[in-house]
Amino acid sequence: MPTDTWVDGVTPEPGVAKPDPILVVDGVTRRFGGLKAVDVEHVEFQRGAITALIGPNGAGKTTFFNLLTGFDRPDAGTWTFDGRRMAGMAAHKVARIGMVRTFQLTKALSRLTVMENMKLGATKQKGESFARALLPPLWRKQERGIEDRAADLLARFKLDNKRDDFAGTLSGGQRKLLEMARALMVQPDIVMLDEPMAGVNPALTQSLLGHVKDLRTQGMSVLFVEHDMDVVRDISDWVVVMAEGKIISEGTPDHIGQDRKVIDAYLGASHDAPTTPEEEQRQLAEAEAALDAETAEREQLQP
Amino acid sequence: MNWEFILGRSLSSAIGSDAAVFALAAIGLNLHFGYTGLLNFGQVAFMALGAYGLSVTVATLGLSLWWGIPIGLALSVTLALLLGLPTLRLRADYLAIVTIAASEIVRFVARSVSMRGVTGGSFGLSGFADEFYAVNPIPGGSYGFGVVQFSARALWVIAVAWGLVAIISLMVYVLMHSPWGRVLRSIREDEDAARSLGKNVYSYKMQSLVLGGLFGTIGGFMYAISQQSVQPDTYSTPVTFYCYAIIILGGTARVLGPVLGSMIFWGLLSFTDTALRQAVGAGYIPTAIMDGTQVGQSRFVLLGLGLMLLMIFRPQGILGDRREIALDAH
Repeated sequence: MPTDTWVDGVTPEPGVAKPDPILVVDGVTRRFGGLKAVDVEHVEFQRGAITALIGPNGAGKTTFFNLLTGFDRPDAGTWTFDGRRMAGMAAHKVARIGMVRTFQLTKALSRLTVMENMKLGATKQKGESFARALLPPLWRKQERGIEDRAADLLARFKLDNKRDDFAGTLSGGQRKLLEMARALMVQPDIVMLDEPMAGVNPALTQSLLGHVKDLRTQGMSVLFVEHDMDVVRDISDWVVVMAEGKIISEGTPDHIGQDRKVIDAYLGASHDAPTTPEEEQRQLAEAEAALDAETAEREQLQP
Repeated sequence: MNWEFILGRSLSSAIGSDAAVFALAAIGLNLHFGYTGLLNFGQVAFMALGAYGLSVTVATLGLSLWWGIPIGLALSVTLALLLGLPTLRLRADYLAIVTIAASEIVRFVARSVSMRGVTGGSFGLSGFADEFYAVNPIPGGSYGFGVVQFSARALWVIAVAWGLVAIISLMVYVLMHSPWGRVLRSIREDEDAARSLGKNVYSYKMQSLVLGGLFGTIGGFMYAISQQSVQPDTYSTPVTFYCYAIIILGGTARVLGPVLGSMIFWGLLSFTDTALRQAVGAGYIPTAIMDGTQVGQSRFVLLGLGLMLLMIFRPQGILGDRREIALDAH
């Protein structure tokens, strides 16, 4: 449920301006050969909100994520994060200025312990420079501070009893939790989650959802890609819909659920959705007749 | 069969200068492959630059041996940068291809006829390490016990080489227990994850390549000094793969893995060599199966067999952690 009232003043249409945008994207395109995977004219993401990015498979959501976070380069376009121009910035610099992402296929660092995974996330570590690494007294104090912060986060994500296990031994859901907790070690302003609920069992989904909502409570902005509409309806303040690389719709979850363009994008523009119960019956009967005919045909073919 | 002799020879090899030289090169390779996940198939090129950097400085340029050290190290850094700049942004296999090619280029350039005036061509260079032996503080004579005997000269080389192994191992230990080492290991696991957490992956891979290459070069210095000669064909591709065998034997991504691996590698090689020779000599192995001239090849066959058995029964190597290998299956 939206906790903010800012959505009331925003017209639900593609590219609409937000009262306090943290991320503003202009004319970003990315081609793969002849295919225009991403072609976003203008979109803004509200600060301190949870925005869902949805769309059918192949809509360009992950590519769009990769572009925004520096993991891929666009053919054209600019975007600003907190007023800072981001086009052409390397991925590690994007993370350092406070835009952190997770991956669709979870990237737990298997042969590092859970605690090492967490500590890696901290930025501005003195001991990460070669010369200072050789002199432990220079970084030991900072390391202890990082470890305390990591321990707090692990406790919050209920991974504290796993801290000394290799991350590779965690279950799929625990890895998702670890990845999210690790991203928070960067102390980001915006967290970009690529399908955070994919492959997670229902019990853990609830806990993950809680953590995503917590991010907003703590003042972070969240942008996430998701397929599960229940999840989207549950946690997002705003939904942006992509199809064939373009932003086709924007609005509150309730608005999006009724948007004809969105239904068309998911089911194909020429689908025949039943409009009356009679028609639904008729369509079902047709489908059954077709199936029967096919079965009969197959039986005839058998010797 | 004289077991005392066989075991004594094996022990001499295990603690000898060759074992120390290969330990140095393998420590460098362990940094590349074991910790950072860089597939360097040309570690021998860094050794060759050390050996030639030193010998050319003295024998060709007529400078002091001590000048050879900074020159060799500078050459090593240059090679690492040349190899890394174009390939480290690409997938891991590109580095493998480029390094194996580069190591052969170094060898072919060194042995080419047109370089005879500089590197001695295929004959190489010799007699350039007198300054090293001149500062030997160990009084003349023979040191050791039983069959294990070293001359004062040999002992001096051994002491310096193993001293370097100790210092460098300590350095690797400190580095790998620091946040810097943590970043390297995270790159080995998944470089995109490291990047997404704000780490400049390219820079760290380059640092690892340079540093590991320098360790190989230091190994090359000691190899050239211990033999008082360099010959291009000593620095051919199999040397790199001996280093791989050594780190796999000892346990990858373990600080002492390459050290123990090298000692066992050279100890075993010497053991099979002397044992087979004696067995052939004593008639235990009929000449119809093998004669003395075939021992040299056969020992590598046996060593290969030993490595295969190790991979089957202890895939993590001697010092490795079984749990880590189990995670590789994911």
